[in-house]
Amino acid sequence: MSDDRITPATEGNGEGGMNFEDEAYLIKLRGQMLKFATLQLSDPHLAEDTVQEALIGALRNTDSFRRQSALKTWVFAILKNKIADVLRQKTRRSEVSHSSIDDEGDDNLDKIFNARGFWQTDEKPMSWSQPLESLQKDHFWLVFEACLEHLPANQARLFMMREFIQLDAAEICQSLDISTSNLHVMLYRARLRLRECLENNWFKDGVKS
Amino acid sequence: MMNCKKATQLLSEAQDRELSLTDRAALKIHLMMCSGCTNFSQHLNLLRRFTQSYAHGDDTSHSPEKSKNDPE
Repeated sequence: MSDDRITPATEGNGEGGMNFEDEAYLIKLRGQMLKFATLQLSDPHLAEDTVQEALIGALRNTDSFRRQSALKTWVFAILKNKIADVLRQKTRRSEVSHSSIDDEGDDNLDKIFNARGFWQTDEKPMSWSQPLESLQKDHFWLVFEACLEHLPANQARLFMMREFIQLDAAEICQSLDISTSNLHVMLYRARLRLRECLENNWFKDGVKS
Repeated sequence: MMNCKKATQLLSEAQDRELSLTDRAALKIHLMMCSGCTNFSQHLNLLRRFTQSYAHGDDTSHSPEKSKNDPE
């Protein structure tokens, strides 16, 4: 687990430009990246290599990051591209093992809709006020991450492949060897849950400051 | 008439594939009468927007310090 192969050049205080005094932050960041990459690639070694490449690539070019959130943004953007490459390559060589994506017991759909398939009164989506302002708020992103983590792993994985890495449906189905209808069902459930989670934990009481 | 469960499924699928004309028509009629699903539909677009901004940031990645040069 705590394989600390890379504690990037911080200690060597190598070539200039790396003023990351906060090594603890880097370690934490690497942990987050690893978690994300492992979920997406479902191959811990490959994930580790990918994260390492991304992190090193990012740090090499970032002497100017003073805000940690900016660094995180940058590093994840790089990681995202690397993961997309790896997934596409996998597809091409079709060396993907049969990963069956099943539905991790998800029957709270019945709590959301009534027997006739209409919204239960207290589940009906409300109107979100000033949703785009949330983007600027750090606290919103914490809620967003928590909601993502709350999803069943397979749903989170598919959702992030689709929405974050932005593979299209066909690429995802091919890469994971799943059917289109399977994909649609899983994405649907992920979106239902995520939406509800954001509503309950962020939008319900209006935008917080 | 189409129920909300079906409508939300279609709305979700619409994010990933092109819906048939029939589906789109039925959906449109449902949305005209259902505020819950209308909100849901907007929320799906927002989810996409949020997720894409998640690590993109806007342009913050290249301008580390927000320009706090308010001339007093």
